[in-house]
Formats: sequence, C-alpha cells, structure tokens
Amino acid sequence: MSEQGTSASASARVPAADESARIEKTGGATAVDRRARNPLRGAAGRNLGLVIALVLVCLVGVITAGERFASIDNLMTILRLAAVLGVISIGMTFVITGGGIDLSVGSVIGLSSVWASTLATQTMAQNFHWSVMVFTALAVGLGAGLVNGVLIAYGRVVAFIATLAMMVAARGLAEMIANRQTQVVRVPAFSDVFRLQPLGVPMLVWIFAVVAVVGWVLLNRTTFGRRTVAVGGNPEAARLAGINVKRHTMYLYALVGLTAGIGGVMFLGRTTAGSSTNGLYYELDAIAAVVVGGTLLAGGRGTIVGTVLGVLIFTTLRNVFTQNNLSISAQAVAIGVIIVAAVMLQQRIAERSRAVT
Amino acid sequence: MVTDDRQTDRPGATSPDRPILQMRGIVKQFPGARALDGVDLDVRAGEVHCLLGQNGAGKSTLIKVLAGAHQPDDGEILVDGAPVTIANPVAGLRLGVATMYQELDVVDGLSVAENVYLGHELASGGFTQRRAATQRTREVLRRLGHGDVSPHREVGSLPAAGKQIVSMARALSHDARVIVMDEPSAVLDSEEVANLFRVVRELTAQGVAVVYISHRLEEIRQIGDRITVLKDGRTVATGLPVASTPTDELIRLMTGRTVEYAIPRRPAVAADAPVVLSVDGLTVRGEFQDVSFDVRAGEVVGLAGLVGSGRSEVLETVFGARRPTAGTVTVDGKRVRPGTVGAAVRAGIGLCPEERKSQGLLLDEPVYRNITLSTFARTARASFLDEVTEKRTAREQIEALDLRPADPERTARTLSGGNQQKVLLARWLVHGCRVLLLDEPTRGVDVGARAEIYGIVADLTAQGVAVVVVSSEIEEVLGLADRVLVLSEGRVVHTGPASEIDEHRVLDLVMEGSAA
Repeated sequence: MSEQGTSASASARVPAADESARIEKTGGATAVDRRARNPLRGAAGRNLGLVIALVLVCLVGVITAGERFASIDNLMTILRLAAVLGVISIGMTFVITGGGIDLSVGSVIGLSSVWASTLATQTMAQNFHWSVMVFTALAVGLGAGLVNGVLIAYGRVVAFIATLAMMVAARGLAEMIANRQTQVVRVPAFSDVFRLQPLGVPMLVWIFAVVAVVGWVLLNRTTFGRRTVAVGGNPEAARLAGINVKRHTMYLYALVGLTAGIGGVMFLGRTTAGSSTNGLYYELDAIAAVVVGGTLLAGGRGTIVGTVLGVLIFTTLRNVFTQNNLSISAQAVAIGVIIVAAVMLQQRIAERSRAVT
Repeated sequence: MVTDDRQTDRPGATSPDRPILQMRGIVKQFPGARALDGVDLDVRAGEVHCLLGQNGAGKSTLIKVLAGAHQPDDGEILVDGAPVTIANPVAGLRLGVATMYQELDVVDGLSVAENVYLGHELASGGFTQRRAATQRTREVLRRLGHGDVSPHREVGSLPAAGKQIVSMARALSHDARVIVMDEPSAVLDSEEVANLFRVVRELTAQGVAVVYISHRLEEIRQIGDRITVLKDGRTVATGLPVASTPTDELIRLMTGRTVEYAIPRRPAVAADAPVVLSVDGLTVRGEFQDVSFDVRAGEVVGLAGLVGSGRSEVLETVFGARRPTAGTVTVDGKRVRPGTVGAAVRAGIGLCPEERKSQGLLLDEPVYRNITLSTFARTARASFLDEVTEKRTAREQIEALDLRPADPERTARTLSGGNQQKVLLARWLVHGCRVLLLDEPTRGVDVGARAEIYGIVADLTAQGVAVVVVSSEIEEVLGLADRVLVLSEGRVVHTGPASEIDEHRVLDLVMEGSAA
C-alpha cells in the first residue's frame, strides 16, 4: 500500500508528473512483481515442466528401445497416433476452460465416422464425391455438440450427465447405423488425401497442427477465448458484465463436437474403417491430456500448448511401453498411476501460485 | 509505535488479570509477500479487544495464525504466560481459541446442531449421539439468547444473522476462552448488531475474551475496551483505551495519513435535468412489488432498508439479472428489454454487485482484463483482441481512480477490497454508462478507500451519470443520495429528499412497514 498522501477529494485527480513516475516504478520493480513475472513461475514455467517430462519419456525410449524408438518412422507413428487425440483434446481444452466437461467426444468420433462411412459404402455407393463424407462427419459432430450445448446451457442439465447420456446414446446410434458391422471405405480419392505427406509429414499430423494453431489463436487472441476464460472463471461475474453466458456455453460444446467430427474424419483416413467402436475411451484420454497439460479442471484457465504437450507425452509413453512389449493391461495401470502423479504435481504448482492472498 | 503498559490496569477492561493470550513479534512470510512483520497483541480475560487496520494490514493472517490455520515463521504465542505452538486448528481449539471467520464457515446442508458440533461430534463407538448434541446445542443457543432457533433446522434456510449465531454457538461449544470475531457485523443489520453486542457483553461478563475485528469505528466505540492497530503487517499501536482515543488519531494510525471521513458535498441537481432512468411498477413476485422511481442526470437515489427488504433484488432486476413479473425499466426514454443483462448493458446500465468476489471479479485474471470485461469485444477488431488498447485503457483508469498497486498485470485476487471495488467502477467507466447501480459500494472497504469511492461517485454525477445506491449503512445512503426510497418487506414505504430524513426516521419507517 502506498504511503503517499492522497487528498480525499476525488475531483482533484489530474495525474501529476510524479504520480505517473510512481506508476512506472511500481510497474516493474517491486519484489512481488518480479516474482510474478519470473518466466519459470507462469504458464511458461508449467510448459517447461511438461517439455522436461516429454524429454525424459523420450530418453527412456531411446535407452530401452534404442533404434526402434529413435527413428523417423517411429516418430511419425507417434505423431500419427497423437493426431486424432490431439484434435479432440484441443476442443476439450475449450470446454474445460469454460467450466464444463464433455464425456461424449469418443462416442461422437464413432458416430460421425460410422455415419459418414455408411453413407459412402451403402447409401450413395461409388458415385459421390468424398467431400460429402467429410461434410457429413463434421455435421454429425457439430450436431451432437449442439445438442449437448443446448441441453446444458438452456436445459440446465449438468454437463457431466448430459454428455454422459450423449456418450451412451451416440455409441448406441453408431451401432444401429453400422448394424454392428465394420464399413470399409474404398474411396481412392479420400485415401489418397490421407496418404499425402507434405514436407515428409503425414496429413493427419498437419491437421492436428492446424487445429492446434487455430485453437491457440482462438483461445489467446480472440473475444471468443476471452469469453471462454471469463465464463469458466466466474460465470456470475461474466453474466453481470454483459456476456451471454448461456449462448457461449452452447458454442463451446458445439466447438468440441466439431473437433470430434474432425476426429471422426481422421479416424476414417487413418484406418479406412467406419466402426462403431472407433474412438472408444478417447474422451478419458483427452481429459487426462488436457488436465495434465495444465488446464484447470475447475475452469478459468486453459493452455493449448500444455494440451499439445500432454497429448504428446501420453502418446510417446504408450509407444515406449509398446516398444518394450508391455501388455496393454500393464500399460493401462502405468498410465493410471502417471495421471494421478501428474495431476498432484499440477495442483502443487497451482497452489503455490495462488498462495499470495 | 505507541507504547503500551500492559501491567497497569485500565478502566474499561473488566478484568485486571494479566493477559490470557499474548503474541510477540509474529512474522508470517508468504511467497512474494510478507503478510505479518512483527505483530504484538495481548488479550485479557473478559475484555473486548478490537483489532483495527486497513485491508491488507494483516488482520486476517493474524487470526489465522492464532487459530492454527497458518504457522508463524517467527515470534511466540503465550497462553496464560506459557509459550505454545498452535500446529493446527484443532490445537487452537484445545487451547481455548475459537474463531468466527468472515466468510461464515457453516455447512448449509447440515442442521444447526450438526454444524455446532462439526469436527468434534459427540459420539460413542462411532455412532453420533444426536440427542446429546441437540440438547447441548439448545443450551448454547439459549445462552446466546436465541432459544427460538431449533437445533434441527437446516442451516441453509437461516438468514445470515442466524448463521452467525450458529458460528458463535460452535465457538462456545468448545469452551472457548478467547473468541475471535472477524467482521461479525458485516452481514448484519443494525438490529442484529445490537443483539450481537448483547451476546458479546454476556460472554465477557463470563470472563471470555473477545478479539473483535471491524471496519466500523462507531461499533468499536460501542463495544470495545482496548484497541490494537495493525498497518502493513506491523503493530503500530497496542492497548489503546477505546474511551479516550480520538477517531482521527485511529484513522491516522491505520492509514498513516489524515483522511476526512466525509462524503463530499455535491451541488443540487437542477430541476430541469433530464430523467435518465425511469423504473415504473417493477415487481418480482415474492421479492418486491410496485417499485417506481426516476433518476435524473447527475442525481443519486438511495435505497434504504434492511437485509431482505428487497433492495438488492430491485437493483438486480433493473439490471436485467432477474426477470420482473411486472413493470418497466426505461433509460433515456427507451424501454429496456426485461430480464436480459445484455440489453441493460447495451442501454448503458452498469452494476457493481454486492459480492465483489463471487459476482464481480475474475480473481485469477489480471486487473486490466477485469476492467475491460464489459468492453473487450468492443475494442476487438474482427473478433481479435486488442490487448494494447485494453492495457492502455486500464492504465488510464488505474491512474484516474488511484488504484493501488498501479499494475494492470496484477491478479485481481491480490488487491484489497477497496481497490477491487475500484476495478469494478473502472469497468463501467470504460464502458461509459448512463446509469450506475451500486450495491454495498463500501462493504469491506477501508476508511481511506471509502472516501475515494465517495469522491468517484461525486465525479460521476458531475458528468451526468444517474446513480442508484444500496447500502446497509443508512448513514451512507443518506449521505450519498439526493433522494431516498425506504423499502420494507418488498414495498416502498417512503420516498423523499435525503436531507429531510434521518437515520432514526428511516428505522422507524422500516419497523412500521414490517408491522403493517
């Protein structure tokens, strides 16, 4: 608190020269400020921790699997596997930052891929353009997200329950459409697109990269992102500041639905198979990656860079496990332990940054 | 530092005993801030020891150290002259120190008795002894003069004053010898405050020491025996007798400067000033009915009444945060679409809500984003934020309102109550509003910042803004407002110039209103 005398009369509030000088001084010099601006304490510091974790995982991979791990081919495999999870994790980052949760993304991947592949293989057969298939998957994802959003924002259903219901229902609908059969998409033009490797990097990875960059700009540089943080941080304050909280909440679920639709297309591109089991448990991996990445599960703070790193850590870890012939079951146990440890570490850091009250 | 001689007896302290609780040179360091930097405090049995200090002076940290919620980095605590360590809240309670926190620490979903015995349930073999707990709760409540509150009642259904009683009953259930009350009157009306004081006097008569924290100097005059003043984490005066310490001396000690605790005089509103806000027949069923008033440019209209009279609800409805069952709100002659905050904000209405932290601020976001929360979309270009402009705007407001510390990047959480209020005012100043609704503008705001906020209101009216103010402090409403509406149980019982009515008359009207 400043010791400088200030007259009680507020009418005489012409900023004097010495006052602006004082503002400059307090702007950068006090101990508290320096601490708050220490790059290792803010978001950058958290991301650095994640980078270190990723490097450690890679080191373990190099030591235990050697050439098999440290090859360009394997790197591309990791990135290809990370791509679908990465795209929906970007969407999930928005929903969680906005104070919500979406458990239905995995099922929506399944539904959108099945819907699109069924369209391709049965309803329209050979004489259609593959873009119709892409458009269908995106529309299905967006539609499912909109349903979630309307139920949560306007129907006042708790997000956990609304998206849990969508998770069950979308999977069921996918099974009905697929009639429990796997539809193999034989559309050469479509497969060719996904076989492209601009600059030696697979198409899937490019899509992930573009979605991540767009997501980063959207969250950090646009009014949409600012509203997301405000709605997640304090919905009542956001509402009383004139932000349409309900509408924005609906948009958030539509957005994550859209990313699930993109995920559905990518799944088709990667496997060429439209199966109702596509994307099973992806919602859990996405939530784990987002939270480990440093986005606050309670809302109000989100980081796209953290999410990308979280996704890469998880995928690399799986790859290292597989390279070492660890069984799927053992992998699951290990990943569970790692999630808990990472989140506990995150909380410690968050508490420390909030201790000044 | 004003010297104290704690060995000599002072008039006012009911017991001449040596201190039952002493704190010596307490230091508490948080990452990035030294909250306590050498605090001394001594409390005698049977006295009301007032702890004064501005927001951020370290009062809350000190009582948390005393309660065992924080561990001091240096200094010693003595109980009955013997040094003790209070490792956790349970240890504090064992030593007889019970704390009533500012944010009422009761669990809404539990009954009164369950709350009173929360954490020290009466149990045998793992089964709670509900009958015994109920019985003893009833006794404690009777001792507090509230035998009418049922131990079985769910605490969530009690008003704030009732929760306060439950919190106090819990303190007593521990056989506390020292009860710390952190701004107990902040949520109470004057009638309830009188009852609180009666309970405090009874407790001290029984030899219990009360450490009383309040911003309201007049209350301390009524209830206190001795005063300790904190400033910037240090004790600047201790053991001051309440009876013989002048108010301006206390303010000087707290602020380190002399502040006129006065509301600036404003010129009378011109009779031909245009009506900016017009509220007609506004009703929300079950809350208030048929509220009508006009506010001219540059005029301040005050809503006086007790908690629950509907005064905050009126503001929220004018702001569109509640949907009215009947009535209209008009700004500059144009009807405002009811029940939508967005429409009200577009029409130029701004609200500084009652609960700054839960309703107003994004606590973990920087100050500048809090200031531009209503305007960032306007400064954005094609949905892309213009943070340079936002920061410049925020800096201008920080300078104009003398917001401290003057750092737009600082998180809102770390600001004191008065500066948080300035952030909210700045938000609407940036937005440029025609009507400003202020709900409890100075609650939890220290004396210095209070005068500054009054000054800001005066400036705004000089610019032709219409202001509506609600406050529990009737004096504040009467001092700020040109015209006053007195509300009682959701009805307007009086409308008239503020200069023609005094605090007693307002209270009379409120009583008459609730009797009718």
